[in-house]
Amino acid sequence: MAEASHRPQNPLVVEKVSELREGEIPPEGRYGDNILVTSVDKFLNWARLSSLWPMTFGLACCAIEMMATGASRYDLDRFGAGVFRPSPRQSDLMIVAGTVTIKMASRIKRLYAQMPAPKYVISMGSCATCGGPYWKHGYHVLKGVDQIIPVDVYVPGCPPRPESLMEGILKLQEKIKQEQSLQRKLAAIGKSEVQIPDFAKEHHESA
Amino acid sequence: MTPGEVHTRIKERFGEQILEFDESLANPSIKVAPQVMAELGRHLKEDPELQFNYLMCLSGVDYGPGKPLGVVYHCQSITLLHKIVVKVELPRESPSVPSVALIWRTADWHEREVYDLFGIQFEGHPDLRRIFLPDDWEGYPLRKDYVVQEFYQDIRVPFPDLDPDRGTHVFGSPGGGKQS
Repeated sequence: MAEASHRPQNPLVVEKVSELREGEIPPEGRYGDNILVTSVDKFLNWARLSSLWPMTFGLACCAIEMMATGASRYDLDRFGAGVFRPSPRQSDLMIVAGTVTIKMASRIKRLYAQMPAPKYVISMGSCATCGGPYWKHGYHVLKGVDQIIPVDVYVPGCPPRPESLMEGILKLQEKIKQEQSLQRKLAAIGKSEVQIPDFAKEHHESA
Repeated sequence: MTPGEVHTRIKERFGEQILEFDESLANPSIKVAPQVMAELGRHLKEDPELQFNYLMCLSGVDYGPGKPLGVVYHCQSITLLHKIVVKVELPRESPSVPSVALIWRTADWHEREVYDLFGIQFEGHPDLRRIFLPDDWEGYPLRKDYVVQEFYQDIRVPFPDLDPDRGTHVFGSPGGGKQS
C-alpha cells in the first residue's frame, strides 16, 4: 500500500553512527582475523558509559540543579548515572557543580586524584567553566576548573537546567563510545619489543 | 529607652571616652574610643537599665583612602526592646580594638570575619585566625586599597586581560597580559 511509505521510522532502530573515513581500514580487519579486540573495546565502552557513577559533590547553586536532575522528575538513573557515590574511590564522574573558590581548588585536585581511572569530569555552569560572574572582580574564585583538572564536557548555563546537564552526560557518553583504549594499548605493544607469550604453543608443547 | 537616653547613661559612666552621638541617622550611633570597647560592651550587657543582651551585627568598615578603618556594633536588648549602634574608628596602619567575643559569644566568628577581610586585630579574641580565606592568603580583600595577588600557590588568581594581538585571554603567563 502507498500508506506504508508514510509510516514514521521506528525510533528503536538506531542508525549507524560512526562512519569510516576515506582510506581507513575497518576496525574488524585491522588486526588480521581477530575481531575480538574491537569488540572488547566496544564492550568496555558500553559498560563504562552505562554506569557512570558521579561523586556526591556540589559547590553552589548548580548543585541544586544537579540534585533536581538526580531526583524523580528528571531521573538521571535512566542514563545509568544516578548512583551518586559518597566517596571519590567509587566514582567515575566528577560533576563540578558550582563556583570553585581558590580555597576549594586544592581539595578538588585531591578528590580528582583519589578517583580511580578511567575518570571523567563535567564542568557544570559558568562559574566552573570560566569563573562566571566572578571572572573580573572575584579575587577568591578560580577562573575555570580546567586550570587544575582536565575537563571532558562543559555545560553552559547559570545555572544550567537539568535538561542541559543531561545533555552534557549524553555528550560524555558519546565521547566514551569513541574510546579505543585496548586498540591503543595493542598498537603500543606492536611497536615496542614487548613479547606476548604464546599460551597455545606452550600448552601444545607440554602436552 | 531611646538612643539619647542610652547615650546619657553611658556618658555618665565613661565620660570623655564617648566621643560623638549622631541622632540624625535612622539608627542613631555613638562613637567611642577604641580602648574602652571591651569595658563598654560588658557595661552595655550587664547594666540593668540597658541589658543589651544581643549583638545583632558586628561589621568592619573602610571609610576610604586617607581615612580610618572602623568597626560597627549593632546591639539590641531583647528584654527591654531598645537598640543602639556603637562605632569605633581605627588607624589604617595598625588597626586594633579589644575583642567582645567573650561578652557576646556571637562576636567570635564576626570578629574573625572582620579580621579576615579588613585585617583588624581584636585583642583578647580566643581564636583569631582567618575564617573564609586560606591561612596563607596575602592581604585583606575588603580594604579599598587591596591589590589582588597574581598567584596563589601555583594557581593564577586574576582573570587574564584580553590580549589584543591574539584576541584571546592568555592563561598561565606570569605577569603577562596588559593592565587595563
